[in-house]
Amino acid sequence: MSGDIRILVQAGDIDVGAELARLEARGGGAVASFTGIVRGGDGLAALELEHHPGLTEAMMTRIAEEAAGRWPLLGVTAIHRHGKLLPGERIVLAAAASPHRAAALEATHFLIDWLKTGAPFWKKEYFNDGSSRWVEARADDDEAAARWGARG
Amino acid sequence: MAIELLYFARVREAIGRSAETVSPPPEVTTVAGLIEWLAARGGGYAEAFEDRARVRAAIGDAFADPETPIAGAREIALFPPVTGG
Repeated sequence: MSGDIRILVQAGDIDVGAELARLEARGGGAVASFTGIVRGGDGLAALELEHHPGLTEAMMTRIAEEAAGRWPLLGVTAIHRHGKLLPGERIVLAAAASPHRAAALEATHFLIDWLKTGAPFWKKEYFNDGSSRWVEARADDDEAAARWGARG
Repeated sequence: MAIELLYFARVREAIGRSAETVSPPPEVTTVAGLIEWLAARGGGYAEAFEDRARVRAAIGDAFADPETPIAGAREIALFPPVTGG
């Protein structure tokens, strides 16, 4: 396994600048990142994420270790928020540092596809009309993750 | 054998609590058996586990199958399929 792995599940906002600076300090030639933002529209008022402390961190660590095993990485960061989030708020950051840009970009793409499917979270949507519903597992996310082959 | 159970999402809402300690009888030996035993309590438990295909489990920090033995488990989580990050 290569690189330094940083996994966080937190309620508070993600300081993307500080996280990317941490990866830049690893001394590689490339840092790539993906920031996920809670999508508005369809009357969505808020999104609540529930997680299993322990299990969630363990699965996120496995996904990051898988990325670090596939590409020559100097650092991998995956940070996910839990609790109630509003449209426009940051929800997830996936980032990778490598001597090579292709490795950094591909590892970041891999990380976010697997986090979208393999990270154990349960999402509940709250709507402006006062209704709410649990989000069901999405087949298209599974297909995106399946493109990468082995389970995360 | 006392086991700490953790409930998440829809399962937590149906049962009405997020955790409890239980002592299943000796004939309850697997995750599937534990779910059957809990569902037989009726009420919110029956509702939470009505559709067995929509129940997942973890023992400690690892996912478990229905056939996974529960002997020695101290903490078991029961929940719906995860919806990803």
